[in-house]
Amino acid sequence: MSTIVPVTADAKKRKVELFEFFYKYGTILTIILLIGVFAASNPSFIQTNNLINILRSISIVTIIAIGITISLTVDGFDLSVGSVASLANAIVISMFVWFSQDTLIAILAAIGASLVVGALNSFMIVKLRIPDMLMTLATMFIIQGIALTYTKGATVSQNMVMPDGTFATGPISPLFAKVGQVPWIILIMAVIVLATHIFLTYTKHGRYMYIIGGNKEAARLSGISVNKYKVLAYLLSALFAAIGGIVLASRVMTSEINSGSPYLMDAVAAAFIGSSVLGVGKPNAFGTFVGAVLIGILQNGLIMMSVPYYAMDIVKGTVLALALAVTYYKQKQ
Amino acid sequence: MGTQLEMKKISIEFPGVKALSEVDFSVRSGTAHALVGANGAGKSTLMKVLSGAHVHYTGDIYLDGTKREIRSPKEAQDHGIQIVHQEVDTALIPYLTVGENVMLNEMVQNMGKKQLVNWKDLHNAANTILKDMNIEVSSKKLVKDLTLAQKQMVLIARAVSTQCKLLILDEPTAPLSHTETTELFRIVNELKLKGVGIIFISHRLPEIFEICEEITVMRNGERVTYRKMGEITQNEVVELMLGKTMDEQFPEVNAAFGDVVLEVKGLTDAGKIKDVSLHLKSGEVIGLAGLVGAGKTELCKVLFGHTSKRAGEVILNGRSLSLKSPHDAVKSGLALVPEERRKEGVLIQESVTANLTSASIGKFCKTFSFVDRNAEKEAANEMIASLGIKTSSGEAKVENLSGGNQQKVAIGKWLIADADVYIFDEPTKGVDVGAKKDIFDLIAKLASNGKAIIYASSELSEIMGITNRTYVLYDGRTVIELQTNKTNEEELLFYSTGGK
Repeated sequence: MSTIVPVTADAKKRKVELFEFFYKYGTILTIILLIGVFAASNPSFIQTNNLINILRSISIVTIIAIGITISLTVDGFDLSVGSVASLANAIVISMFVWFSQDTLIAILAAIGASLVVGALNSFMIVKLRIPDMLMTLATMFIIQGIALTYTKGATVSQNMVMPDGTFATGPISPLFAKVGQVPWIILIMAVIVLATHIFLTYTKHGRYMYIIGGNKEAARLSGISVNKYKVLAYLLSALFAAIGGIVLASRVMTSEINSGSPYLMDAVAAAFIGSSVLGVGKPNAFGTFVGAVLIGILQNGLIMMSVPYYAMDIVKGTVLALALAVTYYKQKQ
Repeated sequence: MGTQLEMKKISIEFPGVKALSEVDFSVRSGTAHALVGANGAGKSTLMKVLSGAHVHYTGDIYLDGTKREIRSPKEAQDHGIQIVHQEVDTALIPYLTVGENVMLNEMVQNMGKKQLVNWKDLHNAANTILKDMNIEVSSKKLVKDLTLAQKQMVLIARAVSTQCKLLILDEPTAPLSHTETTELFRIVNELKLKGVGIIFISHRLPEIFEICEEITVMRNGERVTYRKMGEITQNEVVELMLGKTMDEQFPEVNAAFGDVVLEVKGLTDAGKIKDVSLHLKSGEVIGLAGLVGAGKTELCKVLFGHTSKRAGEVILNGRSLSLKSPHDAVKSGLALVPEERRKEGVLIQESVTANLTSASIGKFCKTFSFVDRNAEKEAANEMIASLGIKTSSGEAKVENLSGGNQQKVAIGKWLIADADVYIFDEPTKGVDVGAKKDIFDLIAKLASNGKAIIYASSELSEIMGITNRTYVLYDGRTVIELQTNKTNEEELLFYSTGGK
């Protein structure tokens, strides 16, 4: 017996080490593997054009996911980001088309409205102690409804027919149209990822947010104003959702109904995949970007391999489930 | 009446500790038997053996004269042994009715192949039990709407529903008011009349003398005495509970005080704390003595702004404080090392460095709140060295440290933050002897540097060893103020247990 015991203990240890290795590098290895597979099956996958295409396609998801990441750092969860993006999209386009406003006002209006949502979320969560996920689930519906009501359930676009039969005359400024085009869209994403990374890792505010997320009670007893930082987190998450919605508006130059909703699940997946990247073990901006890259590559590659778009949710949902499985299995250890 | 339970030479060992050594214990049916002892004396362990929670005991248990093995909670219940724990909420289901809660064991264990619950029968049965015990609670009421005392009675009723012959009440009166206690005693007396044997664990000696017929005193895992109630006095019980105290090497206490730093007048909170007044000079260590549940932690938390006060005044350095949160408290120069270390004191997932600077990160910031990581690391390493925190490096996660070293981290974070008043709530809980000594030295050093210190503990020997003055808390009130060098543990325990 005495010889067997150390062997099993050793095997167990090796198993843990193996898990640790894949926990740290699994996402990055998967990305490399996927690039290899997709490139082998279709060489045009790794052409510069397509790579830029992928980066462009993930930029909106990444921006929104950064918002979710910030809400996750204080152990919150903002589910309303998709709806906020829809709202921002609708407001910014309608400002141009319906009210003939200039770019600055259109953008400020969209951001302002989103910050109101963030303030509402944080007020309800901090003051009334509604669990984060439930409250933002409610706001998700409310804001979705408000966005729909605001656009009267219609797509807003240039020269659209107004209810009174006339045509909308407002132009969308050409400057605004640039925002959603390469290289600007990618640069915006890069700046946001970098700025958030610096904010979370190198400033005291970021440190406080992680402390709150790690142990709210200990944070409070250390003299950190937990509520202040929770409010900040939800305002920032609404801000990034708004920026996501604005970039989306510029990219498609219209406001479809519920245009932001599809980004929610991708963003959630990116944020959760991201928390394990390089073994950080907590939500972080760089990881979230890597998570978004993984999803973007999957989506792009599978479409190239003629997987139908309607089957895409199966793949993305599975990836999210896997990311969650890894996160919670790690916590259990 | 006959001897219902006899435990003979019960011993139990846990890795490295002999928790019980050859303890004899017996209960006669229809009587209440008090089981007393200081914290860690082995009362709970003995009761866990009896209720089947610790199965690897040695020794014999006789029930009604027959030798029985108790190797699982189910076996204990089958023999009619029921336990009502202090935390009643853990055993109740708040969204169900009183009837369902009373009959829970019945519903879970004796349903057999039946799939449907007969609600009428269930409520009838529950009502019969409640009526039998003269408990006036409707069986249709939801448990979440009950008072604490009523919940306790529901649990006792549940125990009775299962043909209970022996009922263990673990500190049942700790959360109860005076009238509620009277009501509980009435029910205990009813049960005695029905021939049920009661084991009554409590720190409150006056109550024990009121309700119990016999008493067993335990200390350090051994039975020190067994008497009939009439043959012993409260003071004797206190002496027996304390015995000879372990010699702990306390540092010399500082005796050079400055001005009054903190003054508390008539402090009352929404819950436990009532009309607490105390004062504290710089360089002084005051003790908050009291048993578990006396309100020490609650007092510490209300002083620190974690819970809000109802009435009264807290004056720090001549300024009246109105603390809305611990954030305000820290800004005013208060620091709290909380009792629940892992839950409230440290961030176990974070590094030692991040923990040590968590209360004072502002000090290490450059423009735009950027953290100067080198300065932070330097300060943390200095603290690790000066406190002798045993860790592989400042980067190691706190969860990998021992309890004593975690506590040093929890204290160290406030040393870096540099407060005027330090509040320690049970700082030696779960800390080994070596680390304990380090913590005492640290507190003495803080005092000699002119800091004011509040030391809350239920370990009376520590209160005696480390403090200059002591306030004794009982039931949320400061009952007396004592000069530590003019008192002794017996006196402290006497007042802690409600003596007047």
